[in-house]
Parts: sequence; structure tokens; C-alpha cells
Amino acid sequence: MPERSFPLPSQIEAVPGAEGWEAMYPYFSRFQPEDDQRFWFYNSMHFPEVMPAFDAITSEIPYTAIGANTARLFSFPTTLGIEYRIINGRVYITANPVLDEAEQGKRFAHFQERAGHYYGNWDRIYGEWQQRIEALIADIEAVEVPELGDLDPLEVVTGGRGIASNHYVRENFHRCIDLYSKMWHHHTELLMLGYGAYVVFFEFCKQAFPEMGDQMVARMVAGMDVTMYRPDDELKKLARLAVELDLADLFVEGTEPAKVLSALGERGDAGARWLAALEAAKDPWFNVSVGDGFYHHHLSWADDLTVPFAALPRYVEQIAAGEDLTRPTERLAEERDRIAAEYRALLDTEDEKGAFDQMLGLCRLVFPYIESHKFYCEHWFTTRFFQKIRAFGALLAERGVLLEADDVFHLRHVEVEDALADVMLAWASGGTELGARHWQPIVAERKRILETLSGWSPPPALGAVPEALNDPAVKMLWGITQETIETWLGGEDDDGSTVRGYAASPGVVEGIARVLLNVNDIGQIREGEVLVCPVTAPSWGPVFGKIAAAVSDIGGTMSHAAIVAREYGMPAVVGTGVATTRIKTGDRVRVDGDRGVVTVVG
Amino acid sequence: MTTPSVLHFRDVGIGDVPTVGGKGASLGELLRAGIRVPPGFAVTTAAFRQTVEHLTVHGEPIPVRVAALDPTDADGLAAATAEVRAVLESAPPPEEVARAVTAAYAELCEECGDPTLPVAVRSSATSEDSAEASFAGLQDTYLWVRGAESVLEHVRRCWASLYSVESVTYRLRRGVPETDLGMAVVVQRMVDARSSGVMFTRSPLSGDKSVVAIDASWGLGSAVVSGDVTPDSFVVSKVTGEMKRTVAAKTRWHRPDPSGYGVVETDVPAELQDQPSISDDEIAELVATARRVEAHYRCPQDIEWAVDDAGEVFLLQSRPETVWADKDRAAKAAPAARPFDHVFNLLGGKRPSEG
Repeated sequence: MPERSFPLPSQIEAVPGAEGWEAMYPYFSRFQPEDDQRFWFYNSMHFPEVMPAFDAITSEIPYTAIGANTARLFSFPTTLGIEYRIINGRVYITANPVLDEAEQGKRFAHFQERAGHYYGNWDRIYGEWQQRIEALIADIEAVEVPELGDLDPLEVVTGGRGIASNHYVRENFHRCIDLYSKMWHHHTELLMLGYGAYVVFFEFCKQAFPEMGDQMVARMVAGMDVTMYRPDDELKKLARLAVELDLADLFVEGTEPAKVLSALGERGDAGARWLAALEAAKDPWFNVSVGDGFYHHHLSWADDLTVPFAALPRYVEQIAAGEDLTRPTERLAEERDRIAAEYRALLDTEDEKGAFDQMLGLCRLVFPYIESHKFYCEHWFTTRFFQKIRAFGALLAERGVLLEADDVFHLRHVEVEDALADVMLAWASGGTELGARHWQPIVAERKRILETLSGWSPPPALGAVPEALNDPAVKMLWGITQETIETWLGGEDDDGSTVRGYAASPGVVEGIARVLLNVNDIGQIREGEVLVCPVTAPSWGPVFGKIAAAVSDIGGTMSHAAIVAREYGMPAVVGTGVATTRIKTGDRVRVDGDRGVVTVVG
Repeated sequence: MTTPSVLHFRDVGIGDVPTVGGKGASLGELLRAGIRVPPGFAVTTAAFRQTVEHLTVHGEPIPVRVAALDPTDADGLAAATAEVRAVLESAPPPEEVARAVTAAYAELCEECGDPTLPVAVRSSATSEDSAEASFAGLQDTYLWVRGAESVLEHVRRCWASLYSVESVTYRLRRGVPETDLGMAVVVQRMVDARSSGVMFTRSPLSGDKSVVAIDASWGLGSAVVSGDVTPDSFVVSKVTGEMKRTVAAKTRWHRPDPSGYGVVETDVPAELQDQPSISDDEIAELVATARRVEAHYRCPQDIEWAVDDAGEVFLLQSRPETVWADKDRAAKAAPAARPFDHVFNLLGGKRPSEG
């Protein structure tokens, strides 16, 4: 029998026309010859697209932080951190296990003390966590891009600052990077402990009720007042206001946000009141990325109103028709408690019921963090972060180093500091920035390389097949298990019309597929279509109301998108690995959310 | 007090296994629980005993004759058991037994408004010993039997199955006294099954008690039980009603013979093969019924059922599920000192205390 293996990293062929892509990423992100012996999987959940040079910071810094927490702060006994590599612009990762049993034992003693402190004081620590993260958001909002005028303002002299403004160009840029790093340390501070609680309850349920759908665990745990629902709730409020103010006629599917806004401007007092309400809702609730906060071009609702305005016409229509769009939190809470009580009643012994209560209780304790941290970290903070970096890009463009502000995202973050030093020097010396000649060809070349690499289909995994896959992070965050690996290995067996994934939300439905590779195109989706995408993002919630089903390449059943799909009663299959390559827009597909199967039927 | 030769389902319950066997007692119990079962009666173990003691082979009552056989003499045993079976199947039973069965059948015919009412004749074991049951042909089922003569004939055929070579050898080797031998036979109105199958109130594959697992196919349930067809599978959550649905290509079915007597196995019409054999409403009713039965018995059940042309659901029998019962006793989770100790137990890795 031939030894089974995924393609080896060293055997991945260069993509013609994309030579030199390596320069976009740090040297420590490149595959090494010895990496062939290890198992790597494509993290398409967080990085479904090619990484622009600056955006690679969204893998470097999170992995710096998550590993620090699991390996060095909390001393998880069986796992250190996650290593990442970039090839052809795609991020592959692997978990570093602790295999030595004596070492596990040593780590376990520290783990009990340290994790025990957090679990034992969870509510207090989570309360403090929220304050810390809000302080970080205030800090990033306060970062200024210095203005470099002919002369520094007089106050700089009379105030005795003694430091000219060009100094703050680099300091303030660096502060953005530092704050981003701190945000990720806080993000991952509670993450693995929270998921630890989930894993425990999940494993218990799977053992006691092997037929239980993965999503049922999340259904028993889910809380009702979840921050991630707020943006959608705000939209519904705006829709209600539009109906109340007799503005419903302006919200027509397919109309561009700019046209709707200018039409509102011509509707006198009512229009003005609605626009004021929109501004009020935007901060902070429109700081939700159309992606998951890992790409600069995944703009937030606040940056680009396409997504919220794609959802508004339907909400307006529903409210005008007398429907109540308020989340039925009481009913949802009752349903959650009923499900938990019925599963509990099916357990055989009082001991088991006692264990069930403890595990479920622990999950519900950590749940507010698990569900809400995304809004604070990936969305609110990260929206602000990219806005600030874009502002530094605007400075570089204004100084002639770059052609336009967004070109800054084609420089690595250390290269941006270089370019800013160029500006700082030129302003000081009265000379001219030399960056135009240096950076502009590089930016143009990198844009071309990204375009070329976007056509490459990354294999779901590389390297050796792991003997056992039991890393809790990999399982809970990426939904990758031994079965996933088997599916990837056996991927060529069928005729290509069937795609398998996780049953994330039950129900069976047929519809026309719309494949969205670029999440910014989410506004294009039409009533009744089946959304097929690399990854479903929480901020897509509002458009879930009008689609028939959702299919994603990657994602676990605990993901927020899966929870939202269930709440909308819409079938969803996630973590298919290949849906966006196998299915074409216009295909008729059958989505079986009960079994996690998608079939192209015509 | 002597037990009558025949007892109606409505007159028996779960405590009557010694007289009417497991099937008979279960059908009576289901009726008491308000579950719809096809009407019928059980020919009791008393009728069986009376018959085998009344009939003689070479001048000896059957139990005496069989008890004297030598289990090591294969040829002799084969010849002797063949004689016993021939006598049981052909010699008239005691007048009283024949009269009771005939009268009970006539009453059933009248109740159902069909003078030659088709019935199912099925053996109903009194023993929990599944090995004995399989040797003794205690799973015998004769479908679509019509007329009193034919009913009696099939009852005797069920009885005769207790005297197969394997069954007798088994009893002799184990020293089971012939006088302890008992078998009842149930006679039940035939459901003109459009679809039928089996269901478990836990997953037969994983033991999960939170689901009802239904196997269903077109026609009579014998096609499902015998494995002549790959049935549709519906696994329904008791908690949420969510369903895993696998509709199979059902190529064969068991149907009543066009003559009205007996059963034939034929091809399912092409247009039906890929259609689900039961509707969602029927699934819902089956699940509800299964849960009532389980609640009544307070333990997981293994149930045979049928749906007639009018969409009416009937249960044909229900018995405790046994395969997973042992595994339930395996070590289970228990509460920890602090809830988060469960995390330490799962993520703790290997520790010196565990060796």
C-alpha cells in the first residue's frame, strides 16, 4: 500500500507569472525543507483569499498572541502554539503538540493553577477584559497621523514639546501596530479557555448522544443578548423608522446606497431624521467587516454601505407588511432551555446529569466572551486599525511616495516604516522623497502577482498525514477532525457533483447557486439564491434573510454564521473545503443541511 | 384453574408471557396503553401442551417420545423428529383446541366484516433465550392466511417448528425438560400494508437514546426483516424533530399473492422505487407512537409497524431493545469538584498518576 500523503510543500509548483511572491511576506513565514515531514492545513477560514503584503500582519500577530497564551501564559498541557507558513500567498498552519508525557505533567500543574484562576474568576475577569478592550479601541481611535505643514504649529515651540511632528509619523504608525498586537493578546487571552469549556461539553454530548447534530451543542449554550446581533438589530430599527417616516419607497432592491442617501436628502425633515438615525447607529454598530477582519479590503458597513443597504429593502418591505422583525429572544431562550432539559432527561444516571449541568453551566459562563469578542476585536477595533493604516497611506500618497492611499497595503508593515522614514527625512531636509521611484514599481508588481496568485487553488492540506489529530484549537476553531482529513485524502472518488461538509443548520432546499469569492460582492446576492462562499462572516446576517441556503468552504458548526443560519431557519453546510471550486454561479444545487451534503443537480 | 386455549389480545398484558408468549403479551399491553394494533388473539401455551400430550407417536405422547431420544444419534434423531413434526402437522388436534381456534377466528372475521379475513399467524415465544428461539424457529411468521382450516394448519406448523433437529438437540444437550416446553401462536388481522418496517427508540447503530430510528419500505415488513430490500432510513431527534433522511432505491417488495392467499416477492414498480415509502406525517405519527410505547415500558423498544392504504399506522409488535442495554452499564461521567475540573480532565494530557 502506498504511503498516504498530501502534496509536499517542497513539491508545490510555482505559479507562472507570480515569481517573487516571497518578498511580500516575512522570511519566517516561508516553508523550510523539513516542513515536508509535518502536517499543514490551509487556513481558509481566516484567510480565504491571497494575502496582500501588509495584511500578512493578520497572521503574524494573531499567531504570536495565541501561542503566547496557550504555550507560555496558561501552559496548556498538550499543545504549544500554532506555526504558520505562507505559500503562493496562502496561509497554512499547524499546531505544535507536546508529546512528552513528563513534560505534559509539568505543564499540567501550571495549567491547573493558571487556567483555574481564570475559570474561577471568569465573570470578574471578563468584565475587566471588556474595559481593557474598549480602552484599546479608544486608543486606536485617538492615534493621529501628523500633519506635515511648511512649519510646525507655533504651540509645538511655545508648549516646550521639543519634538517636531515628523517624529510622530513613525511613532504613531508604530503605535497602531503595537495596539493591534495588544488587541490580539487580549483576543486570545480568553479564547482557548473558552473553547476548552466548549470542547468538554461537546465531547460529552457526542459520547452520550452520538446522533446529536454538532449544532445542537451550540443551541444549548447560546445566549440571547449577543453583541454580534446588534448591527442587524440596528438595521431593523432603521427599517422601522423608514416605514414610520413614510420613506419606504426609497428602499428598492438593487439601488446603490449613494442614490438612496441623496434621495433621502431631498425628503425634508423625514429624510433628515432618518439620516441622523443612521449616523447614530453607525458608531459603533456599523463597525462590522464584511469579512472577518483579516483583509484591509473587507470594508466595514461604516466604510461601505452596500451590505446594510442590500438588506434594508427586504426589512422595510416586511415591516410595511406588518411583520415583527424583533428577535423573539424569549421564545429562543425557552427553546434553548427546553432542548437542554430534554437531553438532560435522556441521560441514564444522576451522576451524568450532574456532570451535564456543570459542563453546560461552564459553557454558558464563557459564552458571552465567545460570542462577543468578535465584535470588539475583529470588527470594531480592526475596522479602526485599517482606517488608521489607510490614513498613513494617504500621507504617503500625499507626499508622492505612493499613487494612492490603499497602496500602503501592498507594503509589509516594516516596509511602511521605511517609507515613512523617507517622508520624515524629506520633510526635515527640504529634499524630495525617493520612495516614488522605489515603491511604486513594487506596488504595481505586487498587485499583478496577487491577481495571478488568486487563480491558484490551494490544496486543503500539505505534508504528512497526521497519526492522530486531537488538538483542541484545531478541532474547535477550524472544525478539522480525523474525518475531515479522510475526506480530503479521498477527495477524488466522486464525480465532482457532490460536496460534503458539516451540517451546520438543518433543512433541505434546492436553489440557484451564487458563488461569491470576494465578500464585498455580498450585495449582489438575490432573493432565494444559494450562497456559496469561501467563508461566511457574521456581518452577513442581514442578507441571510433573503437567501435559501448557505454553503462555505470552511467553518465549524460553532461559528457565529452557523448560529445565525439556524436562527433564520436556513439550511447551511460549512467546511466543505471545495464548494467554491466545484460549484459555479447559476448551477442548480441541493443543499442538505441535515447531512452536510451539497449536490449539483443541474 | 385451567388456562383457555385461546385468549384475546384485549384480555392479556405484559404479565401473561407464560401463557401467550412475548408477542401476544406485548400486543395486549400495547392495546392497554392505547396503541393501535391489529385485532386478534393468541393460541395459548396450554393449547400447545394439550395438543402435544394428546398426540402420540408410536403410542407415546410427544413429550415422552422426544425426551427419550439420544442427542448423539444424528440419524435416529432426524428420523424421529421428522415423525413428530409430521404427526403435529397432519393429525387432528384435540377437539377442544380446534373448536376454540375456529371460534376465535370466526369472531375476528365478524368483527372485521370479512368471512375469510386474511390474518398473520406468528409464533410467540415464552423464552428469553434467543439461541433457543433461533433454533426453534420461534421467529416463524405466516402472512396472508385465510380461512379457519388454514389458520389451524399454520398454528400447527408453528408448533412443529419446535421439533426441528436443531431445536430438539439443543434441548436434549442442555437438559431442558420437554414438559417445560411452551409456545404460543398469535393470530392477527392482516394489515394491508402499503408500507411497513421496523423502528427503534434509540439508534441501533450508536445506542443514542435521543433519536427514533425508522427503517421503512414498500409493502409488507417481511421484506425489511428478511433483508430482501434496502429500506429508507429516517433518524428523528426526539428533542427537536430534526431528521436524517436516507431514501433508498427499493427494488423488491413483499405483497399478498393475487390469489389472496400467501405472499409473493416481486419488483417494486419503477416509479415507486426512489420515492420515500412513508410521508412526513406518517413519520411524525410513528415517532409519537414509538415514544408512547417507550414511555409505557420505561425502556428502549424495538418495534414492528405497518401503514395501510388509508395511512393508518399500526404496531405489529414491540419488545425491549437488548443490544445496547449492556453497554449502558459502562462507566459514565460524574460531577467534578469544580465545573472547570472537567476541562482539566479532558485537556490535561497524560499524567503520572495514570501510569
